[in-house]
Amino acid sequence: MNHPKTGRVADLVARAQQDILDDWIRQQLGQTGRGAGRISEAALRQQSTRFLEAFARAINGGLIYDAKAPRWDDLREVLKELSLSRAAQNFSTSETATFIFSLKQPLFERLRKEAGGADVDADIWSISTLLDTLGLYTSEAYQKAREEVINRQQEEMLELSTPVVQLWDGIVALPLIGTLDSARTQVVMESLLNEVMARRAKFAIIDITGVPTVDTLVAQHLLKTVAAARLMGVECLISGIRPQFAQTIVHLGIDLTQVVTKASLADAFSLALKKLQMAVVRLEGRPGRS
Amino acid sequence: MADRIPILRMGDCLLVSVQVEMHDQLALTLQNDLTEKIVAARAKGVLIDISVLEMVDSFIGRMLGNIASMSKVLDAETVVVGMQPAVAITLVELGMELPGIRTALDVESGMELIRELIDGQDPDADDQD
Repeated sequence: MNHPKTGRVADLVARAQQDILDDWIRQQLGQTGRGAGRISEAALRQQSTRFLEAFARAINGGLIYDAKAPRWDDLREVLKELSLSRAAQNFSTSETATFIFSLKQPLFERLRKEAGGADVDADIWSISTLLDTLGLYTSEAYQKAREEVINRQQEEMLELSTPVVQLWDGIVALPLIGTLDSARTQVVMESLLNEVMARRAKFAIIDITGVPTVDTLVAQHLLKTVAAARLMGVECLISGIRPQFAQTIVHLGIDLTQVVTKASLADAFSLALKKLQMAVVRLEGRPGRS
Repeated sequence: MADRIPILRMGDCLLVSVQVEMHDQLALTLQNDLTEKIVAARAKGVLIDISVLEMVDSFIGRMLGNIASMSKVLDAETVVVGMQPAVAITLVELGMELPGIRTALDVESGMELIRELIDGQDPDADDQD
């Protein structure tokens, strides 16, 4: 590493930090990107200041291109936070990386001005490579943050989408919404059986009105759930069979004769009531309202 | 053969409550004891409570099925009650759906079911079939 030259950059950044910061922020605000309106000037200024301070500290000991070196720990921390907050605010990858790249122009201009005609190509080259590395690091961190968001949402969806509701004393219903895959069926099965156990239900109605597609795998998962419930002494009824579903079932040759299937949840519910020897009746001696 | 699952008699029913983890020898002993007791007591119904059973394997699953079939031959109805969700899932995943076994959620509804079966209130139109 060529220390005198890098020393010049470090000096400059340390000395003219405020001026560079002002130029840089003006530059970023001037960019009419998708993310322009999503971050306030104050927040941008705060992020930029923190980055520049950490940057100044980091390059003070000479340039190292390896952004994983321990000396860059501080700076990496700042970048990670930045990526996290930008991922949460729906910035795109390039918008996040541009935050770093946009520092080049104000920095190079000032460097050229200060040098007063001396050759600064080598400085520009090294600082440019460094900023590129940092930019790449930022986009990687950004992607990681986005993936975490996606994973978390997936888990939440898994939990949220399997509610077990009590319809009556001894009757519970499980309205399924969304595609059924193996992982989800496992969750569905477990939560249904646990709820049945907890509420001492005799009947469980699985309503599949909200399941968009059915194939042999989905049907098999359903049959497994029904079989497991039966082993616990609970009768399962499947409701919400759509015409399309009925056609698919027959075409695929799936045998659903072991299970009671009903077209609507209401039908399944009234069957369950009937088997519990209960009935819904109209009250007599009261004037009808319609 | 020190371990043994007690078999209690209640009228014309036999009550088996599995309170320990089943192992193979225990299951075989139970099978022997139960068939003998059914004959000796001229029992019409057998209720097996497995609510504390937390682990099963295919052998125990098959054992339960066998006991039910044997009781049937001896003219006694078997009802398995209180199966834990995890156990039910395991059995289904093992491909043992035990179609010959009647099940109920707890001892109370199990006894009701046995009563219905013994009294012969059209057993063919039963819920659990």
